Amino acid sequence: MRYLLRRLLHSVYLLAGVSVLCFLFTDLAPGNFFDEMKLSPQISPNTVAALKTQYGLNRPLPVRYLLWVKSVVRGEWGFSFAYNSPVWDLLAVRAKNTLLLTGVATILAWLIAVPLGVGMAYWRGSWADHLGMGGTSLLLSLPELVLALGLLYFAVRTHSLPVGGMSALNGESYTFLSRLRDRLAHLVIPVATLVVGSLPLLVRHVRASMIEVLDAPFIQAVRGHGVTAARTLFVYALPAAANPLISLLGFSVGGLLGASLLVEVIVGWPGVGPLLLEATMARDLYIVIGAVMISTLFMIAGNLLADAALIALDPRVRTRA
Amino acid sequence: MTSGKWRIRAAGMFLGLVHAAILFAGFVAPVEPTHQNRDFPFAPPTRLHLLDAQGDFHLRPFVCGRDLRLGTFFEYDENCADHYPLRWFVNGNEYRIAGLFTARLHLFGVEAPGQVFVMGSDNFGRDVFSRVLYGGQVSLAAGLLATAVSLCLGALLGTFSGFYGGWIDESFMRFAELFALLPWLYLLLAVRAFLPLHITPLRAFVLVVAVIGTIGWARPARLVRGIVLSARTRKYVLASRGFGASDAHILRRHVLPHTYGVLLTQAALLVPQYVIAEVTLSFFGLGLSEPMPSWGNLLASLQQYNVLVSYWWMFAPTLALVVLSFGYLLVADALQQHLQSASV
Repeated sequence: MRYLLRRLLHSVYLLAGVSVLCFLFTDLAPGNFFDEMKLSPQISPNTVAALKTQYGLNRPLPVRYLLWVKSVVRGEWGFSFAYNSPVWDLLAVRAKNTLLLTGVATILAWLIAVPLGVGMAYWRGSWADHLGMGGTSLLLSLPELVLALGLLYFAVRTHSLPVGGMSALNGESYTFLSRLRDRLAHLVIPVATLVVGSLPLLVRHVRASMIEVLDAPFIQAVRGHGVTAARTLFVYALPAAANPLISLLGFSVGGLLGASLLVEVIVGWPGVGPLLLEATMARDLYIVIGAVMISTLFMIAGNLLADAALIALDPRVRTRA
Repeated sequence: MTSGKWRIRAAGMFLGLVHAAILFAGFVAPVEPTHQNRDFPFAPPTRLHLLDAQGDFHLRPFVCGRDLRLGTFFEYDENCADHYPLRWFVNGNEYRIAGLFTARLHLFGVEAPGQVFVMGSDNFGRDVFSRVLYGGQVSLAAGLLATAVSLCLGALLGTFSGFYGGWIDESFMRFAELFALLPWLYLLLAVRAFLPLHITPLRAFVLVVAVIGTIGWARPARLVRGIVLSARTRKYVLASRGFGASDAHILRRHVLPHTYGVLLTQAALLVPQYVIAEVTLSFFGLGLSEPMPSWGNLLASLQQYNVLVSYWWMFAPTLALVVLSFGYLLVADALQQHLQSASV
């Protein structure tokens, strides 16, 4: 319990650190959202100055930071210049979509990676293992950008899958079941990209940590007792090998988030990614900061969950903590 | 020679070839990347023929002329009445290699009015093959320079941290934690968001390198710190200190050599990652922009639906990207295994 509390405090430090870092970066940057406005002849310099004052952009950095913290406490997370609304209202919907995408992808990737990795470790050195290692090397050198574009090409050429967005245009009128099917069909390309992109690393880690455990004396003992191979692998060896894998699960959330940003933009999934890109182009400061904070939050949540799972599952960690 | 060394050599050779093709883009590419053929937009890859219209065999491959099919957009018919033999080592437009030498010799080409598009042409009728090679120069340079920035920063801060310890170590590593934790693509976009949008190509290049390079310092810094931390307590370091050696001497002679292997492996891992980072930024329109070709802005045209669907050869830069990452991956794998077996 003390251990978890310490981790929680640590997370608060990380969130605060990231937000301060973001504000420092904004201060280093020349220009802002309203400077782009100055280029328009239809907007007078007075209007621009007034808008800047209204949004508090001409205040000193610490004041701006404190104002922002206050708005976070109020649940607004700053104000978007372009959308003229609190950042949280914009981010919340999209964060949910991103979470759906990365959540499904994470679960699927692990469901595929664990049996593959375990099998490769069990039949170590066989042709299947070599094939698997070669396959993961090949997949490792396929960047997500290439994967997403390739799958997109396949989908538009074969008309087998819907492309773009997360539901059909007339999706409102569907019954519940067909709406579900429609949503699933839209999930296929982005999820496939994310799964294939993250799979090779996971498989390799599962294989490596399983090999380490399979060499341990207690597995010899289990085998000596005549326990079946499947039971040995999944009941005795896998829990012992799980420790580094659970930590990896926490970290893999971060990798998936980054990849998800790219995939969302390419297939037009209405997640945080496209919003961040748009805000980057428009220099919509608080959305950018909000998106970074949300992604950090996801990552920290992933790591905390992994920590909690470790404590629950691994007695070695419990005695240490 | 052990099999590990053999693997490093084979992988290194493969990478060397890829780099040479990109460095000598002017020689390998038949035309300049900006050379436009307005009569032949979106021409598919040119076919090589050995048999002519009369069925006669030619030992030297040739390409046919091509005409726009009437009533279509960008569909072509081969017209084998005119054929242009393929020749090796021809003289063509002048180019510079690494900005130093000028030359006119090209690896291959066809006789004057004929054209050879190895990987088709783009919307302005520019040769995609040449653009991929020249674009590789830009993308690869960005990746290599950004890696150098990251490794220098990482090595410097990591060494400092590990060697001096105490509050310096504590604060540096806390700082590194922030950078290591953040999803890097988010951070990349965020940092890019705070920098000016409309800038000259050269400034954009420097900016992209700086942004990508500074974001990635945390991982190498942590690794270097770990090694320095363990190296500075070795007996020969204590002995050296006993003889009155300065910090600088100990670092240079006894501590830093331990980090070279890790730095090299990190470099092999980071270069493809950073090339992809540049490609991603340019793909989004936040990095390098036309007319400077880079793999990212070459791929950006695939964001148009008709290009994605109709002109498959516009995927050519992805092939180059995959080949490059694969080469680096092989080297990194081989290096890692070599290091592991060396340390046991």
